[in-house]
Amino acid sequence: MEQPDTSAVREIYWRENRRWMLILGVIWFTVSLGCGVLWVEPLNQIQIGGFKLGFWFAQQGAIYTFIVLIFVYAGVMARLEKRLGLEETEV
Amino acid sequence: MTLTETTYWIVGASFLLYILIAIRSRAGTTQEFYVAGKGIHPVANGMATAADWMSAASFISMAGLIGLSYNGYGGSVFLMGWTGGYVILAMLIAPYLRKYGKFTVPEFIGDRYYSDTARVVAVICLIICSVTYVIGQMKGIGVAFSRFLETDYETGLFSGMVIVFFYAVLGGMKGITYTQIAQFCVLIFAYTVPAIFISLQLTGQPIPQLGLGSTLADGSYLLEKLDRTLLDLGFQEYTTSVRGSTLNMAAFTASLMIGTAGLPHVIIRFFTVPTVRAARTSAGWALVFIAILYTTAPAVAAMARLNIIQTLEPQPGQHLAIEERPTWFKNWEQTGLLGIEDKNADGRIQYSADPEQNELVTLDNDILVLANPEIANLPNWVIALVAAGGLAAAL
Repeated sequence: MEQPDTSAVREIYWRENRRWMLILGVIWFTVSLGCGVLWVEPLNQIQIGGFKLGFWFAQQGAIYTFIVLIFVYAGVMARLEKRLGLEETEV
Repeated sequence: MTLTETTYWIVGASFLLYILIAIRSRAGTTQEFYVAGKGIHPVANGMATAADWMSAASFISMAGLIGLSYNGYGGSVFLMGWTGGYVILAMLIAPYLRKYGKFTVPEFIGDRYYSDTARVVAVICLIICSVTYVIGQMKGIGVAFSRFLETDYETGLFSGMVIVFFYAVLGGMKGITYTQIAQFCVLIFAYTVPAIFISLQLTGQPIPQLGLGSTLADGSYLLEKLDRTLLDLGFQEYTTSVRGSTLNMAAFTASLMIGTAGLPHVIIRFFTVPTVRAARTSAGWALVFIAILYTTAPAVAAMARLNIIQTLEPQPGQHLAIEERPTWFKNWEQTGLLGIEDKNADGRIQYSADPEQNELVTLDNDILVLANPEIANLPNWVIALVAAGGLAAAL
């Protein structure tokens, strides 16, 4: 199928893609290098159950967040590709 | 049945399972062998990716690194580094390589920048990354096989290398997704079952991830108790001991992330699902399966450390007599990865942070996971299961 506005579609695709990568990348940095390393001392003042919060982020929380990030990215990109008609057909 | 017999039975059964699956899935043509992957469901592919990704280093070494030499919090660099790198790989690298139609990063770089020099530089980086990775795997293989065959470390390493070589090259089994899935099941079962047992024993909480933050029988929090006990022995606090400095921790984590993002055997897994969209979902599932082990590991680390200390010094000041040391202790002394030296000649083992006084002179990180069920007095079948898991990870 010929698409007259391919370049426009591509531009939207990349703009959206970059925006989501940036948002998710910031969260990625915040939970791991941020909460787990750089701000770990102040966060350790907060205790939840038997965990100091900073320690929890470093050994548990960051990993749980990573899973969410990958699924959110997969979902967002799938929806975007559908909206712009860029879905791949199975080979 | 003795422990050795049980171990041989369970390990033998798991090997038989992999071989059977491999033979069955090889029924098709050669061509099918290479592209069969294209029809694999994202969840199944995620499981296979997880097995591929979590090899000997994650299964055998990581909890020991965290619990022993990195003394708790310092070991977080491995947890965040390796999983964080996976996120970069899954979001920023693999889907685009796939879209571009290239299998490896060097190929992409060479084409994108029209430069063979760039390609060679990328290949050199990749080789450095991969060799570093393989060194870790080989250490794990040596430890797993030396304990399994009850030999010293070197003999274990060489026999393990030979077995892995034949397994990978002759059978070509490593490439078969369904063998990987079977290996993942053995591996994750072997890792979580002892962790659940130990968490129940110590905290009454069956989920190790929650057990780590729960209270012990005496009402104090597990992590607080561990902090205090380690301080008494002259170590740093478990939950706050930084490796080097904060800057070092950040740089260490970042370098593990970047290195992980380039591992070729993981990238290749993104080519075995039907579409890029499926590749992205599959990456998420892979991380779910990886996280089962990666979030259990810190619990295993802390609980095993506490158990080791309590074995050596059940009550403050009451040290374990050398003659009364448990069987696991003697088993591991055979491999040379655990060693004691009665420095003050009182016939007892004093464990301390001070190298002058410490009588537990060798305590290799890599034995923590494999010795863990024995330390906690778990039944023989659990110990044998962990051995099978360690070998599954090594393959």
